[in-house]
Amino acid sequence: MTYAIETEGLVKRFGKVTALNGLDLVAREGTVLGVLGPNGAGKTTAVRILASLLLPDGGVARVCGYDVARDPYEVRRIIGLTGQYAAVDEGLTGAQNIFLVARLLGLSRAASRRRATELLERFGLGHAADRKARTYSGGMRRRLDLAVSLIGDPSVLYLDEPTTGLDPESRRELWEIVRQLVSNGSTVLLTTQYMDEADQLADDIVVIDGGTVIAAGTSEELKAKIDRQTLEVQPLEAARLESTRRIVEELGGARAVAEGGRLRVQVNDPSLPVTLLRRLDEAGIELAELALRRPSLDEVFLSLTGRGAKEARGAAEHGAAADTAAEDDTEEDTA
Amino acid sequence: MSALTRPRPRHRPGPLTAARHCLTLAGRNLLHLRANPGEVIGFAVLQPLLVIALLVYVFGGAISGDPGTYLQYALPGLLVQSTVTAALTAGSGLHQDISNGVFDRLRSLPVARIAPLVGHLLGNMVRVAISLVMLLVLGAVQGFDIRSGFWSTTAALLLAVLFGSGLGWLSMLVGLSARSATTVHMFSGILMVPLTFCSNVFVPTETMPGWLQWWAEINPVSHQASALRALITGGADPGTVWWTLGWTAVLTALFAPLAIRAYRRRV
Repeated sequence: MTYAIETEGLVKRFGKVTALNGLDLVAREGTVLGVLGPNGAGKTTAVRILASLLLPDGGVARVCGYDVARDPYEVRRIIGLTGQYAAVDEGLTGAQNIFLVARLLGLSRAASRRRATELLERFGLGHAADRKARTYSGGMRRRLDLAVSLIGDPSVLYLDEPTTGLDPESRRELWEIVRQLVSNGSTVLLTTQYMDEADQLADDIVVIDGGTVIAAGTSEELKAKIDRQTLEVQPLEAARLESTRRIVEELGGARAVAEGGRLRVQVNDPSLPVTLLRRLDEAGIELAELALRRPSLDEVFLSLTGRGAKEARGAAEHGAAADTAAEDDTEEDTA
Repeated sequence: MSALTRPRPRHRPGPLTAARHCLTLAGRNLLHLRANPGEVIGFAVLQPLLVIALLVYVFGGAISGDPGTYLQYALPGLLVQSTVTAALTAGSGLHQDISNGVFDRLRSLPVARIAPLVGHLLGNMVRVAISLVMLLVLGAVQGFDIRSGFWSTTAALLLAVLFGSGLGWLSMLVGLSARSATTVHMFSGILMVPLTFCSNVFVPTETMPGWLQWWAEINPVSHQASALRALITGGADPGTVWWTLGWTAVLTALFAPLAIRAYRRRV
């Protein structure tokens, strides 16, 4: 079987920091591979190597069978890259941005102009074609960036945190565009730190941390592993915390963590809150708060790695600095 | 690793394609220029106008007895100063491209590797040429007398643009090596002093102390200024033209490989 994207034991160091520590990835042709991980996990480094922008210190990365280290030009002919900050020329208009890259890809002037019109229309930027990219909103810039990366009809597309920093509406628009692309047969490698984004778009998901894969599978498989929910209970009277804990642990079948007068437990039975409310009522315990929520990325990491994503980030801070600050400027998703 | 990798037809861009890439990217710089007419007016019209006014009318009388005589001496020097100023901006544009990700975009395309650098250099040369022509025209309006012919003057301007490209490589090396945009600007500002002020651009070197005179005599900017005087007003030794070409070759031979090496390392 030919994989569109394939890495074996990829290693990359920046000084003393190991950004990638034996990373193995595969993406089947025509699918979306979601690479999920916290800041500093090595996502951007992996993308930069796969895009021939960085040479790995060890291991192999192949795109459609071409080794990125030995055949960078071949690789560049088949890939498109959209980074986490939109790499558009702000001093040029949307149309000029596309025209320029189209010319570089060898299209004639007329064909380049046609391509610009066509892509800008497709991405809802037709009205802003002759405005400088400097005046675009964040969502428009990302769309322009994506449009530019599609000029050469790449068969493999890298989207490195394409929606980081975007408002929810722009995010949904971008997701819709990605779905269209995949339905046309492109292979997409999508990095994200948002669970729901990987869930929405990816066929296969790998979770990476510390430059190596810590979990892999389809969205469904991973969800079975990590789709536990978090139950938070806070009794009105702090004195009832221990008796509350006994009931919560008995029903939830897991150890509860107490923090600031509040108990937290991982559960996977959606009917649990109802049962719990009845039992607490019987025991005469009044509640200040009862909440059931989806696990945050922190908790997913806790369950996968045994440590929180915050710790992982702390450990990788130096790495992020060496990574030309490429993974800065991002927000944490704890919703 | 499987032994059966795909046959590898190499599509490295040939020299013609590479040249086309360079020109396309130079065209991009010119688009920037056209998109900011204010900038063109600023660096090509207002700045030289102010410099002429200040130097010629404020200092000119004191230095040469009367402003007209000084204008005749100083304008070729101002042309060089303008060349140096404009050439040293090459690094800023480059640095900006790197920090906002445009460079990564270009490098992820099947584009000749050297093209982003050469594109900046060529764009910068056009910028230098525009400011030189404007300065010369403004000078002529103020009474500067072009004593040689059209071709000689054109040759002078081309020489200056070529010299600017040598400095452009230096500036690009700085743009590639510097961590921040401020460093790039600071470096250009610092470099201006020994290059343009410690030279024969504004005053003849005879009154300078020995050590400074020594530097001012070998300073490439002095040679360039004398070469322009020789070509435009006939007021200096034509041999300086060869000195200037030599300096241009040295600057390019020294800084082009260093810039290219820094470029490969940086990105």
